Amino acid sequence: MSIEKHVLSVTVRDKPGVLVRIASLFARRGFNIESLSVAKSNVPGYSKTTFVVSGAEKTIEQVEKQLQKLIDVITVVDHSEAKYVDRELMLLKVTINSSEERTEIRQIASDFRARIVDVHRNALVFEVTGDEGKMEAFIEQMQPFGIVELIRTGRVALTRSAADPKIIRKAKITTKAV
Amino acid sequence: MTGAEVIIKALEREGVDTIFGMTGGAIMVVYDAMYDSDIKHILMRHEQGAAHAADAYYRTTGKVGVALATSGPGATNLITGLANAMMDSSAMVAITGNVPSGLIGTDAFQESDIYGITGPVTKHNYLVRDVNDLPRVIKEAFHIASTGRPGPVLIDIPKDLQIEEFTGDFDVEIDLPGYKPTIKGHAGQIKKAAEALKNSKEPIMIVGGGSQSAADELLAFVDKVDIPVITTLMGIGAFPTAKEQWLGMPGMHGTVSANKAISNCDLILASGIRFDDRVTGKISTFAPEATIIHMDIDPAEISKLVKAHVPVVGDLKNILPRLAEHLERLDIDDWRQQVAQWKAKYPERYETEKPLVSQEVIEMLRKETTDDCIVTTEVGQHQMFAARLFPTEKPRTFVTSGGLGTMGFGLPAAVGASLANPGTQVVCIAGDGSVQMNIQELATIYKHQLPIIIAIINNGCLGMVRQWQEMFFSERYAEIYLADSNPDFAKLAEAYGIEGHNIHDRASAKTAIEKAAKSNKPVLLNFFVYEAENVFPMVPAGAGVGDMIIGDQMPEGDYDDVIYEAEVVK
Repeated sequence: MSIEKHVLSVTVRDKPGVLVRIASLFARRGFNIESLSVAKSNVPGYSKTTFVVSGAEKTIEQVEKQLQKLIDVITVVDHSEAKYVDRELMLLKVTINSSEERTEIRQIASDFRARIVDVHRNALVFEVTGDEGKMEAFIEQMQPFGIVELIRTGRVALTRSAADPKIIRKAKITTKAV
Repeated sequence: MTGAEVIIKALEREGVDTIFGMTGGAIMVVYDAMYDSDIKHILMRHEQGAAHAADAYYRTTGKVGVALATSGPGATNLITGLANAMMDSSAMVAITGNVPSGLIGTDAFQESDIYGITGPVTKHNYLVRDVNDLPRVIKEAFHIASTGRPGPVLIDIPKDLQIEEFTGDFDVEIDLPGYKPTIKGHAGQIKKAAEALKNSKEPIMIVGGGSQSAADELLAFVDKVDIPVITTLMGIGAFPTAKEQWLGMPGMHGTVSANKAISNCDLILASGIRFDDRVTGKISTFAPEATIIHMDIDPAEISKLVKAHVPVVGDLKNILPRLAEHLERLDIDDWRQQVAQWKAKYPERYETEKPLVSQEVIEMLRKETTDDCIVTTEVGQHQMFAARLFPTEKPRTFVTSGGLGTMGFGLPAAVGASLANPGTQVVCIAGDGSVQMNIQELATIYKHQLPIIIAIINNGCLGMVRQWQEMFFSERYAEIYLADSNPDFAKLAEAYGIEGHNIHDRASAKTAIEKAAKSNKPVLLNFFVYEAENVFPMVPAGAGVGDMIIGDQMPEGDYDDVIYEAEVVK
């Protein structure tokens, strides 16, 4: 069985304890989360979470079904079923030992369209957004200079097209009383 | 109106007539409000007992069971009961008090994070933070517990909310956008299922706990298509045992005919089952050639363990009649004959040359009780013997801890079953080990004079473990011996005010059972049975269901079918 990465967008009710419920579900069923991000959605009262999970197809199917069973989970969209865009954000602090290095680092950063968000005499903090590949490449480029610290948000994702009826139907938030 | 009064009023509105519980500091305000209510409260002697009784109340009636407990230890004592109800899909609402809101998170006296603790063992749970939310939360809890795949819901209510004045609206619409169970089976899938059945030469139907609520539809379906039927432990009672199609229980301690039918069939029509490992044995050898049609209300059960070729998600009450519409009596006479042959060749049999054995006691109990009686069991050898020798005839009458395998379930379950079904005979088949795990409920049984026959099948040890030690652990009997320190159960019963008898032989067993069955009051019968009796057939853990140790089930003079050579029981 091949292990594949799946990006899941999960819309949940914005209530205390929802994330614990999801995390505990993953833990007790032995599902592996690679990254996770949570934030408010455009609909009041609802949050959007993005999970990157890896596993065999059967495992992913179970992840989706078990998530769907949680009362506070509204929709689960597996982005591997349709085209999607994904991004993550990283803050990276790198040391500078000479003015030559400073120039070189700034050049690389500009190639990556990384923004400088904090400047010290002997360090710079960059903000980079992009897909996972870009993050990895930037880290690789900065490694020789000495990375002091870095932090990544994990991925967020959206389907590309508004025309995919399947996804839209699944993602529709109804507020009809049961 | 105070929060506590709102809780009671909301419960009355849900049609609650009985609550099982135990009071305490953080819930006594609710008890005070209940003092003026018509709701009958059953004071259990342990919160675990309350949870199991509420569970059995649901199982035997289809109405949501309600358990009430205080904070801290009261709440944590419910957990086994919640986990048990979760595993066996039993609809239950548990309400716990908690310390006042301001003290939550401060490690206050009798505080526990019951909301956090019970997440994994409930279908849903609540920590109420606003008194005005109470009507909505209670309404939602009953809705969630009883619809779709049933399960337990816990509501934790801090004490200050119970006292606070309610200023909200009682008539609230509930809004659960993330909860829409599928009830109606998909027409295309039902058609596909019908086609597969028509093309099958050797089909079987496996009926599980999900079928208990669709027994009439099930019977009509089987009467029409005439397909061999296997009932799992949780499916017992959903199909009458007298029917010729019935083959008994599958799996680890299933009947030879059921397991042979599974191993040789070309199609399984799974009806409200979840393919538990005790049913399937080794998955890779579980009917590998068969087409699997899986009908279940929970989509997450589809292809979780056994791949379903034709899934049909929905309520069996909806699916079965519609499936029957597409079908006539199946053209499978050769297969019917084959299955009937197995059934005739391997009837239930056991040796009675020894002292009294469990199996004959359980058969005697069945003979002396009526067809509509309710059986509850504890967990272990006696449970398997009861499933095989005392399968009940009506839906919702065989009450046993299937998924969690909870020792201590049977006695409080008998309390719940008896109170929910006044006038119905209840038989609690227990082991001497498990009955002691909630023995305190004898007090509840005495208090309400519940007509329960408590049949302790006393072999002086933890028999199921003893059997495994004998067969797989070179007879190293580690920590299973109870006889040297068991109480005198008859005297114990008497101490609680219940008639009790210690029984050592066949003749007195028969008389005692006859008398107890007619007495219409609680009686405890303690049967001393042969210690080394084993449950056969047995599929060893990790083996396929076709590989059975037949043991004393062996037909006379026929040794060809035995795959594992059975050790003769000493």
